Amino acid sequence: MSEQQIPQQPPVENMTFEAALAELEQIVGSLETGSTALEDSITAYERGTILKKHCESKLSEAQAKIEKININSDGTVSTAPFEEQE
Amino acid sequence: MTNETASEITPRNNVLGNVPEMSVSELAFSLKRTLEETYGRIRIRGELSGVKVAASGHMYADMKDEGAVINIVCWKGVMSRLSLMPEDGMDVICTGKVTSYPKGSRYQIVIDSIELAGEGALLKMLEDRKKKLAAEGLFAPERKKPLPFIPHSIGVVTSPTGAVIRDILHRLADRFPRPVLIWPVPVQGDNAADKIAAAIKGFDSIQSSGAMRRPDLLIVARGGGSLEDLMAFNEESVVRAVADCSIPVISAVGHETDTTLIDYVSDLRAPTPTGAAEMAVPVRANLRTQILDDEKRLVSGISRLFEEMRHRLTAQAARLGDPGRILEVKTQSLDHLSQKLVSGFERGLSGKRTRMLELGAMLRHPKDRIAEAQKILSIRTDSLMRVRNKLLDEPQKRFVHAGRMLETLSFKSVLNRGFVVVRDDQGKPVTAADQTRTGQSVRLQFEDDKLVDAVIGKGGKSKKPAKADSQGQLF
Repeated sequence: MSEQQIPQQPPVENMTFEAALAELEQIVGSLETGSTALEDSITAYERGTILKKHCESKLSEAQAKIEKININSDGTVSTAPFEEQE
Repeated sequence: MTNETASEITPRNNVLGNVPEMSVSELAFSLKRTLEETYGRIRIRGELSGVKVAASGHMYADMKDEGAVINIVCWKGVMSRLSLMPEDGMDVICTGKVTSYPKGSRYQIVIDSIELAGEGALLKMLEDRKKKLAAEGLFAPERKKPLPFIPHSIGVVTSPTGAVIRDILHRLADRFPRPVLIWPVPVQGDNAADKIAAAIKGFDSIQSSGAMRRPDLLIVARGGGSLEDLMAFNEESVVRAVADCSIPVISAVGHETDTTLIDYVSDLRAPTPTGAAEMAVPVRANLRTQILDDEKRLVSGISRLFEEMRHRLTAQAARLGDPGRILEVKTQSLDHLSQKLVSGFERGLSGKRTRMLELGAMLRHPKDRIAEAQKILSIRTDSLMRVRNKLLDEPQKRFVHAGRMLETLSFKSVLNRGFVVVRDDQGKPVTAADQTRTGQSVRLQFEDDKLVDAVIGKGGKSKKPAKADSQGQLF
């Protein structure tokens, strides 16, 4: 089963951080317990590396753009930069 | 009542005796003015009854206590701003103005705010509302939506001013900076609930497009305050807005000890606005650490796996045996055997050599043996010679002697004296005449050993025996 699943894994680019991290942990776990066949372990390691990169980039893309909602006179909403007020 | 009021007015106007005539309207409006000027804004406490909202949108009700009843009215425009919806039986404090309704000459209170009287009553009302909403299933655990692990955009419904939004933004920045959309709302006072509900619905209706991204997590927050201050978050409109919202909602209203109805319906209740920020995002640094740790484990895991495989391979290979080693062992035993062979052979050889030498030593050279034999022979020869002399000389002497004796005694000596020996054809001596016949050939032997044939003549018999007799007589 597992060796069949590996090629069927979704592309890492589309994965959420959480899913990528969970799979990374699962790969790490299986490598640590040695439950992976040697050939599969190489594939798993490679995928683990990609997952780790993906997670890192997800963590890096942390912008803190703070905006405020304005309700326009026609009822539509738009955003404006938010200034902290005391 | 109208009369009482009139009697009060009369002395004040100080019209005695000459009572001026007033129209009904004049009096009614005068009364109205008097009421409004005398009481101004008042707060009145009592129990609501007969609450009804007319088609016009105005609300009419009675307030009563044990001894009295007074009409109240709430205009449509004010209704929407009320912090709670008036219901029959509510013990409330209404704020408003005393006035009269000239067409019916009834006085009434026009209210502009209404609040529950006494905390106990308020709590009871909230408890009833909670039961009602719970019965609808709005608070059911299965309705709770999971929060995104890392939201890509967070919508915050709160006051744009004050510590709450600042705390949230700061805590988000500390943990995991994310885009934040703030929907400013009043968090207390009349119509705060409607604004809050509208903001929640507003966020829910945002469709991601270019500049604006639909948030995937909402925080509805307010700082601490009295029960009344927090009332907007107990309003059914707010509760329903949260229940209907397809985006997960974290509620963070008041302090940890304050629980408002929004906390029951929200997908997660945070004790404080800061707590909401903590629940909204993980700590980026921790995740970094975790990923680094995972990477290390990944590397060490695969290394260990390879190490283990290598170890197992080595172990199995060792068990499989090294052909070279086997060969070595075999070679060794071969060496050993061949050494034994050589040494055995040599030992055998040396034994044989020894034996040969022994035998060789035993084997004497023919020369020696010849010499020895010659020696023996010569000794023997000597002995023999000595014996020969004895054995030969003696018999020779005896032979000579015997010969002489023989010579002496031989018939030949007789022959010498002229005798012959007659022999038959067989060589036998014929010694008697009877042994002869006439015509018989005989041989005569003379002294010189020459033989002469002779034939017996007639009368042989007679002659012959004579002859034989003589011969016979001879011997």
